[in-house]
Amino acid sequence: MADDLTQGGPVLAADGTPLKASLNKAMRKNRIRALLLVAPLFIFILFSFLVPIIDMTFRSVDNWQVGTLMPETTKALAKWDGKDLPDEPVFVALIADLQAGAESREIGKVGTRLNYEKSGMRSLITGSARKAAKLKEGPYKPLVLKMNKRWKELETWTVIKRNTSPYTAGYYLNAVDMKYAKNGDIVRQPENRRIYGKLFMRTFAISLAITIVCVILAYPISYLLATLPLRYSNLLMIFVLLPFWTSLLVRTTAWIAMLQSQGVLNDLFVFFGLVDDANRLQLIHNLTGTIIAMTHILLPFMVLPLYSVMKTIPPSYMRAALSMGANPVVAFVRVYMPQTLSGIGAGSILVFILSIGYYITPALVGGTGGTLISNQIAYHMQSSLNWGLAGALGALLLASVLALYMLYNKIVGIDNMRLG
Amino acid sequence: MALPAYAGPIETTWYYTFRFLCACIFLFLITPILVIIPLSFNVEPYFTFTSGMLAFDPDAYSLRWYEDFISNTQWTHSVKNSFIIAIFSTILATTLGTLAALGLSKPHMPYRGLMMGILISPMIVPLIISAAGMYFFYSNIGLDQTFLGIILAHTALGTPFVVITVTATLVGFDQSLTRASANLGANPTTTFFKVMMPLILPGVISGALFAFITSFDEVVVVLFLAGFEQRTIPRQMWSGIREQISPTILAVATILVIISIALLATLEVLRRRSERLRGMSPG
Repeated sequence: MADDLTQGGPVLAADGTPLKASLNKAMRKNRIRALLLVAPLFIFILFSFLVPIIDMTFRSVDNWQVGTLMPETTKALAKWDGKDLPDEPVFVALIADLQAGAESREIGKVGTRLNYEKSGMRSLITGSARKAAKLKEGPYKPLVLKMNKRWKELETWTVIKRNTSPYTAGYYLNAVDMKYAKNGDIVRQPENRRIYGKLFMRTFAISLAITIVCVILAYPISYLLATLPLRYSNLLMIFVLLPFWTSLLVRTTAWIAMLQSQGVLNDLFVFFGLVDDANRLQLIHNLTGTIIAMTHILLPFMVLPLYSVMKTIPPSYMRAALSMGANPVVAFVRVYMPQTLSGIGAGSILVFILSIGYYITPALVGGTGGTLISNQIAYHMQSSLNWGLAGALGALLLASVLALYMLYNKIVGIDNMRLG
Repeated sequence: MALPAYAGPIETTWYYTFRFLCACIFLFLITPILVIIPLSFNVEPYFTFTSGMLAFDPDAYSLRWYEDFISNTQWTHSVKNSFIIAIFSTILATTLGTLAALGLSKPHMPYRGLMMGILISPMIVPLIISAAGMYFFYSNIGLDQTFLGIILAHTALGTPFVVITVTATLVGFDQSLTRASANLGANPTTTFFKVMMPLILPGVISGALFAFITSFDEVVVVLFLAGFEQRTIPRQMWSGIREQISPTILAVATILVIISIALLATLEVLRRRSERLRGMSPG
């Protein structure tokens, strides 16, 4: 061994290869082994989760309808300058597409798509398709113009031409309360149609309110839990953990039983004479119901991180401050509270992230006044079937959640996430 | 934090006010869950306490909603579905999650932060978005309204919990034990099952419990993906609340509360065992 070193050659491993190369080889092997262990789950998550979400966000810009179902018109309109009504070739193409679309019964999809941009387009397209099926020969331009006076409007053609492109920003514009004006400029929706901006603001405001209420309620009990002797605090912890482990629907049902006008709370109010039997309080199917039920559901997510932070603060700090003459309130605010800030931050972001994406509870107890953005996404998914808009609203919600999550990761670190 | 002997009147008042405030908050947390238990024995089809119930009249209480729950095929069917879906997705999630956690805990794991972020993303993304994405994608490949589709979706939602709990357990795992085992001639498989597994088992089981409860309690994805045949308990409760509100829901809720108490107790036992194994004092 000593000989090797004095000779100045590379250090060799037992089998004679240089130690460095041998080590590198072993490291590479280890790295590959680690990757192989992670690979099955990674591939699974990729295909069962990430690809579906990417697919959904793709839907929010996808604009296949006009380009695919009206190929001739798309081709003919490419040369149109948009200043005047198009010429005969465009009308020939339009009739061909409408006839083909009426036969395959697919033309309604074009109508539905265009209707999102301008109301009345669906009836125009489907009505014209029905009439076009009867047309035998041209010139088609005067015949089409006679079918419906909307064909004489330049805007109709502008809308169709704009949507011949395979991608659209239309759904996103809709999701942020904007639209294309008649001349194709992007403008804000009129005051009474700006619903999504308001809904996003309301979702953020409700989430913020719930977060603040959670901090206010969680702080005292976390403090109590952290300072009591273990055998008491473990017992009291059940009060936090039992709701945490109870089914979401059970808790929502429980709140319906508590809050409805013939419910437990109103009965108590009437019994104690706080409220007249005739006008019981409306506590559910409105904003109040959403906030109460969601605060109850999310409170454990605030208590648990706050408790684990407070648990690490030595009680001697407070005692030191008090013994040096600080007033208890001042000592608490200036010595104790700053040390709990990381817990407040972690809990708040967690509660906020969870509440802006909440769906079940607002849908069941929110009525019309307490619904959030996710309820609107579900509505467009299941009822209005405007999937592009659902995708755009979903993508915007996802972006805000991911931004908050990165903040959480910076403050807490994902490895420190604690469960239960 | 007992009240010290030298406390003045202000401190005494504050001490009791604070205790009272905390009691109110604990009451807020637990009351709704406890209230449904007596309500589920109501003889009347209401969600409220009748005057007979308040007078503790035995005739005002009955088991009729429990009977309804057991005899109603829709409910029994949903119980069966819930268990099938939850058990299969738990097995899948626990296997995949534990393997991945083992890989993530290796010191040589490349792109560790990125990988961790991707693997736990199903927990971060709002459920409505996951459900919407899966709805489109799974219907395209014909997996909507099938058990397989829901099991795969719930597996994806459950794996982050397994990854997090098992990774946390592995932090306290002494790597020299595997080297010692290899040194004594055990192959990696034997080492894993005889040395590693018993030590990380509490983490694996609590991860599995999280995965189980995630699937058992999940309703948003089920709302979008499931057909009538795949209705689970939460899905049945959802339509119960929305369409025909009857105290049967309260009976089901009571049973679920009892299940969650059992789960809570199991987790507590596991936590103590894990801490004992790691040489910490049980807390």
